[in-house]
Amino acid sequence: MTPALRIFLQRLGTSLLVLFGVSVLIFIIARVIPGDPARIALGPNATAEAVTALRQQLHLNDSIVVQYGYFISGLLHGDLGISLYTNRPVMADLAQFLPATLELIFFSGLMIVGFGLPLGIAAARWRNTWVDGLVRVLSLLGVSAPGFVWAVVLMLLLAYFVPLFPIAGRISDGFVVPPVTGFLLVDTLLAGHPDACLDALRHIILPAFALALSGIGQVSRLTRAHMIETYEKPYIEMAEAYGFPERRIANKYALKPSMIPSLTIIGLEFAALLGNAFLVESVFAWPGLSKYGVQVILRKDLNAIVGTVLVISCMFLIANIVVDLLVLVINPRIRLSQRRS
Amino acid sequence: MRRTLYILLRNPLSVLGIVLIALVVLCALFADFIAPFPSHVGAVVDFSNFNQPPHWPNIMGTDLVGRDLFSRIVFAYRISLLLAAVVLVIAVPIGVVMGLVAGYFGGWVEYVLMRITDVFLSIPPLVLAMSIMGVLEPTLTNGMLAVTAMWWPWYTRLIYNITRAEKEEGYVLAAEIVGASKLHIIFREILPNCIPAIITKMTLDCGFVILIASSLSFLGLGVQPPTPDLGSMVAEGANYLPDSWWLSVFPGAAILLAVFGFNLLGDALRDVLGSEE
Repeated sequence: MTPALRIFLQRLGTSLLVLFGVSVLIFIIARVIPGDPARIALGPNATAEAVTALRQQLHLNDSIVVQYGYFISGLLHGDLGISLYTNRPVMADLAQFLPATLELIFFSGLMIVGFGLPLGIAAARWRNTWVDGLVRVLSLLGVSAPGFVWAVVLMLLLAYFVPLFPIAGRISDGFVVPPVTGFLLVDTLLAGHPDACLDALRHIILPAFALALSGIGQVSRLTRAHMIETYEKPYIEMAEAYGFPERRIANKYALKPSMIPSLTIIGLEFAALLGNAFLVESVFAWPGLSKYGVQVILRKDLNAIVGTVLVISCMFLIANIVVDLLVLVINPRIRLSQRRS
Repeated sequence: MRRTLYILLRNPLSVLGIVLIALVVLCALFADFIAPFPSHVGAVVDFSNFNQPPHWPNIMGTDLVGRDLFSRIVFAYRISLLLAAVVLVIAVPIGVVMGLVAGYFGGWVEYVLMRITDVFLSIPPLVLAMSIMGVLEPTLTNGMLAVTAMWWPWYTRLIYNITRAEKEEGYVLAAEIVGASKLHIIFREILPNCIPAIITKMTLDCGFVILIASSLSFLGLGVQPPTPDLGSMVAEGANYLPDSWWLSVFPGAAILLAVFGFNLLGDALRDVLGSEE
């Protein structure tokens, strides 16, 4: 087995173990609810028989270990139970609301990489100048307000006062897009409606940017810090002595070793995006998981809470495995040790 | 200590940070004297003066039931800071001790403690706090509990990494050779070397706790009205954009100001104390 593959399998194993831990933790949290979830679900006017029947159906009378067993065996069959809020399988609800949230998060992630990395590189290349100072203050401002504050500010400035972007929603009324992937930006193109795709793009820019701001700040700060460390290394001095263009030194020699920590932070930012999407979506009336998530929490809808958190954590773990894979690919120490063996 | 202070006071950004933090803390401590309408913190209504844009004497306007927005923001700072203080006072010692123990002892202790930490870290912070809040009744105490539950793992991971590096240093070996107890080595030898990193992270985290707590209340899962809270104020105002912009913009700016202050100081401290992430 090559070292790279072994490291990857090790990470995968740890992730599965962690996911199991998450399921236990979230299950415990959901089961310590004060009050009777069956009673809450049915409302104050339900009969005692109905409550007893629902308790039976939800296995609430069994011990918590047995309940967890039912939950896991359902999970292995792709069944997360019925949501008491929508009366539909939790899986179906998630399948309906998740794509919109994922589209927003992916677009945001692209913005984080697209703005955060270049800003960090610029700050490091022109360190201790006004460029550096500006990037530093901007990135600190970016991380200093929660997504919903940026959402309100951006909406006010760029949708109301200067109406460049639509105020809310995901796509204008009147466009009919057959769902294929659930990502409107992709589905519109598959359906052959470039104008609808453009419309969806105009809708996603503001919420995605509001969501991305804190990540842009984090990534640019970290990239700057690591690149400045790299700039102290003798091999950069040598490149400068040889008269290599500044631009090439920055984008090639100084950036490369900093890519690994930057990638790692981008993976971690994914967790922040998954959480903050709840905030931004509710300002822009984005039809994603946010409304569903908050509603099921307020209604103490056990199955839906557990399912939502589990799926979100799963997304996060997958993102981190992808990051680990990318690091394996770009880190020459691991790649080369593989070639030698 | 004196050198640290000297460097901080020469950097305009960290001075700005200190000034912002001082302002917020003063607001929180002397809210009763600063707020022009201290009674508006509670369930007061004044329908003759509701939803008014900024004007004298309501310098930030009034909310939907006629309460002075500025007074409510000043009092909201008190609750935000209290929450941040309580969360950090509980979460930091737990996280630090777990990190020290996992890092120093290694073996299965390390494996178990760090996997538990991983579990907490792999649920996005806000989502974890949300689900805990969903289970409990939304009160200030429960809000503190929810945020504390998600905060300690970050300190565990930080201190764990430092401890693993410090453990290899000569002074730890020397202490082990002269027969110092494990407790002594962990708390009297290694812990002091973690202090700069802890101080830096706590400064930054004061801001981030305020940010997360306001996010929870923005979603309606935090402190409940009529208690003033910056997050729920923004949420309420966001429904009345763009006409009643002051309802959401001023509380939002208040969050930004406080968190920005802690970030500026924390960032400068990181440079001065030389602690890495």
